[in-house]
Amino acid sequence: MSATILLASLWIAQGALVLAMCLATLRMMRGPRAQDRILALDFLYVLAMLQLLAFGMRSGNTLYFEVALIIGMLGFVSTVSLAKFLMRGEVIE
Amino acid sequence: MRIDLAAVPLWAAILASAFILLGAGLSLLGAIGLIRLKSFYERLHAPTLATSWGAGGMLLGSVILFTAASARPVLHEILIGVFVTVTTPVTLMMLGRATLYRDRSEGNIKMPPDYHGPERAHAVPPDASATDKGNS
Repeated sequence: MSATILLASLWIAQGALVLAMCLATLRMMRGPRAQDRILALDFLYVLAMLQLLAFGMRSGNTLYFEVALIIGMLGFVSTVSLAKFLMRGEVIE
Repeated sequence: MRIDLAAVPLWAAILASAFILLGAGLSLLGAIGLIRLKSFYERLHAPTLATSWGAGGMLLGSVILFTAASARPVLHEILIGVFVTVTTPVTLMMLGRATLYRDRSEGNIKMPPDYHGPERAHAVPPDASATDKGNS
């Protein structure tokens, strides 16, 4: 019973996250300027992290939380460096 | 560490499902806002829905699920929550400042008005009559 509830809600949650990733990809392709694309890329990183959390709960394995943490760190570093590139024209001064 | 989803008590399953659905729904709302809002400065606020309570709901659901299944507190999800809470304002503030710098250097009129301090706030009104040229 509880497994049925959990699997159904995880299915719905992963569907919603996939839809959100599609919308973020649409903004990344359409987005009028570079900052819109970077914002959409950062949002895609966050959504991929949430997707991995949902997948870790579905499989009942805690290994996926480390993967989610690493994806969050990579998203932070990439967005900061891209924003710095927009500001200065170079990443490392 | 592996858990069996069928071994989770029913109350924990219902509570965790509610938090998971809350988190995923708020992330979807943030994505809809990212698509539908008009200017970049409005769009900058939309993904914070996913990073505040979107991630918070999913992490709380995960904490409840793993704690109830393994009968001891499992709290390493808090690490992800703290990390996301600390880094999101930094990235979005840097992105907003870079965008403001680009818009100012290009003379783009779609940016928010300048702030000149409390004593000069009324001396330089924002140019509301300028037309939107769509300089993008």
